[in-house]
Amino acid sequence: MAENNEMTLKIITPDRVFYENVATMVEFNTTEGEIGVYKGHIPTTVIIAPGILRITNGDEVKEAALHAGFAEILPEGITILAEIIEWPTEIDLNRAEQAKERAEERIRTKTDNTDTMRAEIALKRAVTRIEVLKD
Amino acid sequence: MASMRDIKRRKSSIESTQQITKAMKLVSTVRLQRARQRAENSKAYFNCMYDTVTSVLAKASNVNHPYLKAGSSNRKAVVVITSNRGLAGGYNSGIIKLITRGNFDKDELDIYALGKKGKEFLARYGYTIKEDDCDKIDDPVYADAMGISKRLLESYVSGEIGEIYLAYTAFKNTVVHDPKLIKLLPVEPEESQDSEDSSKIEKGATALMNFEPEDEEALDLIIPKYVTSLIYGGMVESVASENGARMQAMDSATSNAEDMIAKLSLQYNRARQGSITQELTEIIGGASAIS
Repeated sequence: MAENNEMTLKIITPDRVFYENVATMVEFNTTEGEIGVYKGHIPTTVIIAPGILRITNGDEVKEAALHAGFAEILPEGITILAEIIEWPTEIDLNRAEQAKERAEERIRTKTDNTDTMRAEIALKRAVTRIEVLKD
Repeated sequence: MASMRDIKRRKSSIESTQQITKAMKLVSTVRLQRARQRAENSKAYFNCMYDTVTSVLAKASNVNHPYLKAGSSNRKAVVVITSNRGLAGGYNSGIIKLITRGNFDKDELDIYALGKKGKEFLARYGYTIKEDDCDKIDDPVYADAMGISKRLLESYVSGEIGEIYLAYTAFKNTVVHDPKLIKLLPVEPEESQDSEDSSKIEKGATALMNFEPEDEEALDLIIPKYVTSLIYGGMVESVASENGARMQAMDSATSNAEDMIAKLSLQYNRARQGSITQELTEIIGGASAIS
């Protein structure tokens, strides 16, 4: 393609710079639904919902499990402030599956003092982790 | 003059103290490197967070959101970050002074203690210790900061507390650390706009930001993250400052011990010489008495 369609992607966590490179497309899940962003997007700030982050750079595709944070989208690039984010290699499948069962159990055996919101978020996280590993 | 044995005993005791302070200095030097690295790594995140929050607030300054105005309660929560261990020079007392000498009413304060030293001191002086997370400061993790800010925001929203402050030690460089008291909530929009330099305002003007979801909802979600990141930043910087302060304190203790040892060696040698001279005079005196 003659036109340069690369934008910068910067993912920062409280502990490190997680990823910093160019990308042609970035897809992730927000509170408003899943979105995919190309270069030249209108400036937007979105809140992230647990889901898979997919970075496409030419033919290369990278995935990571993105759980919380928010993203600042500008025409030239995206900055993601991630509170929790993991590469698939950093995920322990057994732990994620156990967490999923625990969360499901908590939602099923609902009592008055169950924090349903928390259990659901935990479930979503576990599911995201498992999905990222399966692909 | 003290006897030779006394001087020797004193000297060896100072020597062993010096070894301890030397070892402590080495330990805190290593820890400082690590803590500093960490503080630097997290800087990017906080700067970005700050920029975003100020731009959100600049846009939403006329929104009547609970996070932006003082709660009805006059109780104030202060997150006090100190160390778990002493021997760090003025590190802990700097923070405590901020609380005791600030314009706070003792009875209106709820202390969220991070660090044993601050907790013990403030408890002794009759402050209310609402929460004790002293074990978390040894190795600050973002999840801990999330937990603390969640509990703080819950009591803020329920009206238990009206204002939230954070007392921590800002890390400038290895030798300069500033005890600081900052207000976390309510966020003061005009203050954040003042501190924003003109370059940022220009940037804001060229890129009119949209928010998804709407401004108010975005505030609901972003402000807790903002508070968390400030608490975490405070923790990380305080740990770096603590080790910096301890390194300095131990460095001066080691050199003081060196001075004392030098002085005592001199005294010891004088005493030794004195006793030899005395012995000699006694022997000569004895010999001349016999002949």
